[in-house]
Amino acid sequence: MTTPMRPAYSQESPFKIHGGCGLVGICDESGTRFSGSVAIEAMAVQHDRGNGLGGGFAGYGIYPEFPDHFAFHMMYHDLQAKEEAEKLFDEYFQVDLAEPMPTRPVKGITDAPLLWRYFLQPYPAKLELSELTPEDYVVHVVMLINSTIDGAFVASSGKNMGAFKGVGYPEQIGHYFLLEEYEGHTWVGHNRFPTNTPGWWGGAHPFTLLDWSIVHNGEISSYGINSRYLEQFGYKCTLGTDTEVAAYLFDLLLRRHKLPLALACKALASPLWEEIDRMGPEEAALMTSLRAVYGPALLNGPFAIVLGFNGGMVALNDRIKLRPLVAARKGSVLCVASEESAIRQIISAPDAVWAPKAGEPVIARIKGMDWPIHGDLHLAPSEISCAVTGVEASCEIVEVA
Amino acid sequence: MMTTATGPVEGYVKVAPTVTREGDTATIDGHGVYYRQLNEAVRGAFADGAKTVKLGNINGQRYIGNGITGKDLRIEIQGVPGGDMAMFMNGPTIVTDGSAQDGVANTMNAGTIYINGDAGDVLGYGMRGGRVFVRGDVGYRVGIHMKAFENLIPIICCGGNARAFFGEYMAGGVLVLLGRNVQFADQPLVGPFCGSGMHGGVIYLRGEVNPQDVGKECGIFTADEQDIKVLRPIVEEWCAAFGDDFEDVLSQPFTKLVPVSHRPYGKLYAPM
Repeated sequence: MTTPMRPAYSQESPFKIHGGCGLVGICDESGTRFSGSVAIEAMAVQHDRGNGLGGGFAGYGIYPEFPDHFAFHMMYHDLQAKEEAEKLFDEYFQVDLAEPMPTRPVKGITDAPLLWRYFLQPYPAKLELSELTPEDYVVHVVMLINSTIDGAFVASSGKNMGAFKGVGYPEQIGHYFLLEEYEGHTWVGHNRFPTNTPGWWGGAHPFTLLDWSIVHNGEISSYGINSRYLEQFGYKCTLGTDTEVAAYLFDLLLRRHKLPLALACKALASPLWEEIDRMGPEEAALMTSLRAVYGPALLNGPFAIVLGFNGGMVALNDRIKLRPLVAARKGSVLCVASEESAIRQIISAPDAVWAPKAGEPVIARIKGMDWPIHGDLHLAPSEISCAVTGVEASCEIVEVA
Repeated sequence: MMTTATGPVEGYVKVAPTVTREGDTATIDGHGVYYRQLNEAVRGAFADGAKTVKLGNINGQRYIGNGITGKDLRIEIQGVPGGDMAMFMNGPTIVTDGSAQDGVANTMNAGTIYINGDAGDVLGYGMRGGRVFVRGDVGYRVGIHMKAFENLIPIICCGGNARAFFGEYMAGGVLVLLGRNVQFADQPLVGPFCGSGMHGGVIYLRGEVNPQDVGKECGIFTADEQDIKVLRPIVEEWCAAFGDDFEDVLSQPFTKLVPVSHRPYGKLYAPM
């Protein structure tokens, strides 16, 4: 018997639909965990921002029983893909648990791939031999699976976190994955309205790598140059959605290049040359270097994004605010969304509701958790210039109380 | 802490809301009602002869008041209406008790809107007539492509600060920015690219503006007596709506922005 031809997954969409997406990010800075149903509810009122071709969530702090394992959420088109990926896992990791993702039948959710999750730890000897950090080791495997095993895709690969995504409206996807049974301190959610790329399970948001997860409303017209730039650092863009580059760019800038958050945001949404001309000499020099060094990392095009990670959350708009973003705070809870109604649905009587300024990040930081980002916002140009000038001594990590 | 008790997790329910009628006022509970059924109920109430529709528990329902014609009609909204409120609206009055989202008064023809809070981006996009009064701050691209024809002159009066691209590509009408009820005192009255591409109408800013934030198609002047005559009824109505001191608002000089060319793109797209 011959194996039937397997379909190729890197297909271009035959048509283009114009629309917007919806997103939400909720973080309790006290570290208190809350049910995923909160995120579902915030997305449900933004139902019409998507068209049913993609919905998804990422939750942090959801696997307290496996806090130090890399949790791989996998999508397989067929058993062959599963077997090949599991062979790779066995080669690289000690697999402490492998199980099908718990799901329930939901009206409207069809054609789901095989969904499995794995709790993995790198083999110490193999890790040492690779001369990589555990994180780079994991990134290597993620890229290997996504680019070499047809029909196998990594939905998420971080610690104590996971992405739950697929084709459907977000509230359907949330129910499908029983998100009400998970509790996390940070959740991001997304409602997709695909414009340039196909709506398929792997192409739904969030896009993740290690602990980073990205939900995105907009389109990245610099995708080509961004993905070529990322290739030089070993990242392979295989999921067919522009947002993928944003996830890898944050991993590159924040984790590997250790840029302070303010600077990474300025690299992705850099000030216009006109604005740089008006800056003081020191800041102008810094921004000029940043644009020169990280030109290929600039995200061109309209966007609103939420970056989730263990430790907090960052929301960011493009430089001229071409996509909606609203923020609110109540006590220790920070919430961002495409619409104020999403916030009001889950937070009654917020202390403050505001529209963030274009290009300026909104940041949530969980008390008592490690902050995975080098430095912080509100640093003077001299304090943050280390990453660009390469002078390590000029670098200082400023703690935020 | 977070509340999840405001409705079923599925989001909006596609059922007709309950409408209660008292005299010429219809009251509709919009809690969890999908925008389509909600707006059908609003139109139905007006068709049944109601003059005022009170909408309770609104949260994110789009298109409220869209395309409704009638000078003596009134919609009162409790909650946050969704995007594109009052699009193509032709005559009615809408009052919100809080903030509004993006796209209010898109291509609106006639009528009056009072927003007792802040408004989002692209307020008054392509507006052709009527008036919008906002108590507080407004977002990006307010008054973009606003236009006027003969005695159809749209007016937007914003009580707080505005972000970038205020009056972008404006072709007609009056945009007023008062800087009275601001959420962030450290932010400028108006963001960059104010009036860029403007080729008609007038923008009045209460206070001064940084010339580098103004589009090169605009001339910057101090408002004179003639301008105050235009401003007076607008500011009066804004003060009456939101309870501010009229004399105090007018005590500070206004900056006036008007286009220096009527056809800034004439050379670009058409032979002279």
